[in-house]
Amino acid sequence: MAFIANTPADQAEMLAAIGVAEIAELFADIPASLRLTRELNLPAPEAEPILLKNLKSLAARNISAGEAVVFLGAGTYDHYVPSVVGHILGRSEFYTAYTPYQAEISQGTLQAIYEYQTMICNLTGLDVSNASLYDGATAVVEAVLMATGATRRCKVVVSAGLNPEYRRVLATYCDFLDLQLVVGLLSEGEPSAEQLHDLVDEQTAAVIVQYPNFFGQIEAGIEQLAEVAHAKGALLICAANPIALGLLKPPGELGVDIACGEGQALGNRMAFGGPHLGYLACREQYLRRMPGRIVGATTDASGKRGYVLTLQAREQHIRRQKATSNICSNQALNALAATVYLSLLGPQGLAQVAEHSVQKAHYLYNQLLQIEGISPGLPGPFFHEFTVRVKANPEELFSRLVEYGILGPLPLARYYPELSDLVLFCVTEQRTKEELDYLVKVLGGLL
Amino acid sequence: MRVNNTAGVKPIFAESVPGRTGFSLPALDVPSQPLSAILPADLLRQEPPVLPEVSELGVVRHFTRLSQLNHSVDSGFYPLGSCTMKYNPKINEDVAGLDGFADLHPLQPEETCQGALQVIFELEQYLCEITGMDAFTLQPAAGAHGELTGLMLIKAYHRQRGEAATRTEVIVPDSAHGTNPASAAMCGFKVVEVPSNERGNVDIAALRRVVGPQTAALMLTNPNTLGLFEENILEIAEIVHEAGGLLYYDGANANAILGIARPGDMGFDVIHLNLHKTFAAPHGGGGPGAGPVGVKRALEPFLPLPRVIKDADSYRFNYDLPQSIGKVKGFYGNFLVALKAYTYIRQMGAAGLKAVAENAVLNANYLLAQLKDYFDLPYPRRCMHEFVLSGSRQKANGVKTLDMAKRLLDFGIHAPTIYFPLIVEEAMMIEPTETESKQTLDEFVQAMRQIAREAEESPELLQQAPTKLPVSRLDETAAARNPDLRWRG
Repeated sequence: MAFIANTPADQAEMLAAIGVAEIAELFADIPASLRLTRELNLPAPEAEPILLKNLKSLAARNISAGEAVVFLGAGTYDHYVPSVVGHILGRSEFYTAYTPYQAEISQGTLQAIYEYQTMICNLTGLDVSNASLYDGATAVVEAVLMATGATRRCKVVVSAGLNPEYRRVLATYCDFLDLQLVVGLLSEGEPSAEQLHDLVDEQTAAVIVQYPNFFGQIEAGIEQLAEVAHAKGALLICAANPIALGLLKPPGELGVDIACGEGQALGNRMAFGGPHLGYLACREQYLRRMPGRIVGATTDASGKRGYVLTLQAREQHIRRQKATSNICSNQALNALAATVYLSLLGPQGLAQVAEHSVQKAHYLYNQLLQIEGISPGLPGPFFHEFTVRVKANPEELFSRLVEYGILGPLPLARYYPELSDLVLFCVTEQRTKEELDYLVKVLGGLL
Repeated sequence: MRVNNTAGVKPIFAESVPGRTGFSLPALDVPSQPLSAILPADLLRQEPPVLPEVSELGVVRHFTRLSQLNHSVDSGFYPLGSCTMKYNPKINEDVAGLDGFADLHPLQPEETCQGALQVIFELEQYLCEITGMDAFTLQPAAGAHGELTGLMLIKAYHRQRGEAATRTEVIVPDSAHGTNPASAAMCGFKVVEVPSNERGNVDIAALRRVVGPQTAALMLTNPNTLGLFEENILEIAEIVHEAGGLLYYDGANANAILGIARPGDMGFDVIHLNLHKTFAAPHGGGGPGAGPVGVKRALEPFLPLPRVIKDADSYRFNYDLPQSIGKVKGFYGNFLVALKAYTYIRQMGAAGLKAVAENAVLNANYLLAQLKDYFDLPYPRRCMHEFVLSGSRQKANGVKTLDMAKRLLDFGIHAPTIYFPLIVEEAMMIEPTETESKQTLDEFVQAMRQIAREAEESPELLQQAPTKLPVSRLDETAAARNPDLRWRG
């Protein structure tokens, strides 16, 4: 039997040592009426060669990024993942280990997380980070729960420019956790940090903005919003794209209290939406409200440096119903990917990935505006995503472009009914001029 | 694992040399503009972020050396109770690494991801059959996330019946995983604990006393965290259901009953599974996991959206679910983890999964038989896939369970789960899984017996352990008192 080492002879010896005649006796505590008397109705087992063949043909029913030209972003990005990342993640000493509860036998995982925490702090300009969360959406939720806990308030003010996928998840949690969610409206179709000011009051626990926002815009006024929030006793939470932080001022310098968001762009494949990782960093004063695992440096009995999981008194396995969060498993291996990625790139590499993405996005934007049926979308400076207005049904265009091997742009009406003729383009460093020109040519023919 | 006592691996920041990099990009092939012309000048970074500057070889060597400081399933026995540290088949990794799965954008058109949708659809069906539930969602990212999702579903169910305001309590046994009460509290429920009886099962009389019109649900792990099957599960289900409550199944221990019995047949209404335990996806050093949630028909309308449905020969997402609780995570869950579980189920088939449970339970009972004379056994019964010993006998001699756990590390064996469940003094929870051979189990038995002997003859040997690892015992108290959570140079 696959993956089971016991032979019939082993089993006989073991049963004798236990003192029973057959394995079935070991299940005697299960009431007879509950024991299955039939085999499970599952597909017949497939040996490895057949299985691999079948799964490869299933994979072939998908069009992967390598087989198409990808202009989809919206929180999941087609950045290049260096070869080294896959090789390090493929080391089974990392991927077949458990959570590092036994520190002395888990120093590799622990030190990698410590390095990850350091990189996240340095990118965000904040004091402390945890070992990762499930994804960008749930990281925003956890940041909100930190804020509601810290302020003992239950109103959350959210920019309409926060990724709608995150807002959907946050709305579910708010519904069941009895929090009040207020979403700032788009003013003239445009979100702005400034128009959130009026929504912040003495009941507000947190204000949430995205940087750059869902439309790719780099909104002005985050610092002013921080002042407004702080004046009312609320926290400012910022969901920031970590790649953008290679070029842009870190949230910590803008008065942000908690930075969080999606870390997929850092060396993780798109993976149909997961597994990715949520990151979270905050000011030191909120350290003990942070959810999840945190690694700290310490010394061993001989004074040698080592690492342990620390501040565990916040966590569910110690505090049970009084824990800061119920999180147990996080996304450690994805955080390792981010750590390896940032180690390879360094500050210049990260800035370069960011700059190439920005330059290519602006080149495409300018080229697209030459097309008759395309006009500017939401105004203002943008990073590597932007909106334009199309004289076509965006959903039909989305489907049509598949025939040309093009994935995207994303129709925004899916999330913003009022933006019915807007589409969202994303351009990473992976797109070549040839691909951009090809898109422009195809669109020129279709519009 | 490379066992040595040389200096540790320096933080990668300490290996940094200005100007080094392990990365290159093709030259920019579009006309470039000054950044200050296209990005807001006042929002540009003044200083680059402090990140390591290391060559590619430097990075590879750093992380390779770090990996060698880890214990892992591939390098040695990992009898960590309730964690099901079974072998993670390599083929699963290969499949999850196929471009056709790993390089898919979650928002690409449905007609371009039919294979991925088929995996989601079919895996949900397999999980229904394995557990006896009616519908599944793959969205939750981990077991605890599944618990929270399940409790939201339960709340939605009570809301629909107009009872959410009164059904405010969730009952958990005193043997429950910490995530159970934490998830219940997070979802706004009051947590009520029910004690275990002398057989290690839920105390039925005590349960009757706490169940009532205020009960939203009972959360149960079965077999429980003592590795014991709840013999009275049908009576428990009846008590909870008669009071109008629902029964939640924590699937952390589902490995014990694959193909043998099904939570759905036991009366459970909502369950989660840990694909990274029972279904052989690796733990990744603490994730990613996956915690799919299954429900009975009455709760299906509340499942998170979107759901994958099949029309004739094609698959699509359905977002038109007015009663859905909404989304609990971005997109469709940890898809690649689900894909590994899908691959595993396809390789094992029904007979294979049943053999998993049989051999997991056989291995655990064999270890129990070999160790029960050397340690205290608080609940002297046959176990399922794991069992809990107590180190109280050794503690009388000044040796704590922690000392024995650390000593075990010197044998190249990971420690059991210790000090859990909370109802057992000096607990050691041991789960061998089905993938370990009798030889490995016998080596573990020898190590444990030697440790029991050392506890009597030379307790200091245990109190000073480990001595053969890259670091000796680490000072956790100091770490918590003066948190050093990032490299500052």
